[in-house]
Amino acid sequence: MVKEIERAGIPVVHMCTVVPISLTIGANRIIPAVGIPYPLGDPNLGEEKSKKLRRKLVERALKALQTEVDGQTVFED
Amino acid sequence: MEKIRVIHYINQFFANIGGEEKADIEPEIREGIVGPGLALQSGLGDEFEVVATVICGDNYFGSNLEKAQDTILNMIKPYEPNLFVAGPAFNAGRYGVACGAISKAVEEVFNIPVVTGMFEENPGVDMYKKDLYIIKTAGSAADMKKSMPKICALAKKLVKGEEVLSPSEEGYHVRGIRVNYFNERRGSERAVDLILKKVAGEPYETEYPMPVFDRVAPNPAVKDISKIKLAVVTSGGIVPQGNPDRIESSSATKYGVYNIEGMDSLTKDNFMTIHGGYDRAYVTENPNLVVPLDVLREMEKEGVIGELANYFVATTGTGTSVGNAKGFGEDFSKKLIADGVGAVILTST
Repeated sequence: MVKEIERAGIPVVHMCTVVPISLTIGANRIIPAVGIPYPLGDPNLGEEKSKKLRRKLVERALKALQTEVDGQTVFED
Repeated sequence: MEKIRVIHYINQFFANIGGEEKADIEPEIREGIVGPGLALQSGLGDEFEVVATVICGDNYFGSNLEKAQDTILNMIKPYEPNLFVAGPAFNAGRYGVACGAISKAVEEVFNIPVVTGMFEENPGVDMYKKDLYIIKTAGSAADMKKSMPKICALAKKLVKGEEVLSPSEEGYHVRGIRVNYFNERRGSERAVDLILKKVAGEPYETEYPMPVFDRVAPNPAVKDISKIKLAVVTSGGIVPQGNPDRIESSSATKYGVYNIEGMDSLTKDNFMTIHGGYDRAYVTENPNLVVPLDVLREMEKEGVIGELANYFVATTGTGTSVGNAKGFGEDFSKKLIADGVGAVILTST
């Protein structure tokens, strides 16, 4: 799906839990997410911190969307 | 005579420990065979002994790639194995990736033959077929009876140093390795044959298949996200309560478009997850862990993003065929463009 969105001409960022899979399928802008049962946040930290973490990850995704890339790029931080 | 020592790797499901709710268990090693190890042992025969079985939760492996590999390599070492077999993983994506990663690590560290098995659409195939022998299996564990003997046959050959034949003869995924051989007929004759067949419209098969790379170049960056309409797409299976479109919990054949107009977050009363590939407990409590509507809405109000599309797009990623996923993407991208969406966040579990 990532590739088809990209092919349609819309910049897309993939927030995923297993980065090697994302690299294999061909996503170009990749954000490593937290964990498989909770990609955006970490409920073990409590609601407030979990939400802060989610905000941080989304901010990173928006930054990735506004960053020029030549090829597949993993935005670690 | 001393037996050939075999280590088998399986996940929590095949070890009968549990399904997704147990997918985060840490690696453990047990003496002897567990679960599908029975078929492995009987397929390999008396010269071999499955001395131990490594069990690891798929999510644990996926989330702790390096740590899991180190732990497992240390667990295996005292057994001095001569052969390592992982899975087969069929169409279980995270299991396939784990089987591929650990097999590759074992091969590198212990320099022993390794064999695994997967369905062709398992992402582990593309990731590891160049490094490993991966026997072709069907999509589900119902194929165990057929696939395990193929794994055993190839494993025996590798251990004994016998010649491994072509992918179609041995039943493994094409690795892209070219092997020289003598053909009875010279190249020019075969080339003329091929072109005659082609001209006549008959089926023909090239002797030199080219790899297929389906890559899409990245689009230019968004200039200013505060002027853009953003949409969220997810393969994490978030749907309105009751799953109105009846999207499958795995191997999805459809996607849904769900309204979020006027909502400040995804509440558990209104939304649920139907994804069959992860432990749903956390996301059931808080669907924003997959579709981050709560923070996006805040960012919209703060002017960080221009506008949030008044819907999100969702399907289930687990076991869904590449063909279907591609079709969904082609289809909903038209809608995104028609609605003026200028950037997409796609979340995957």
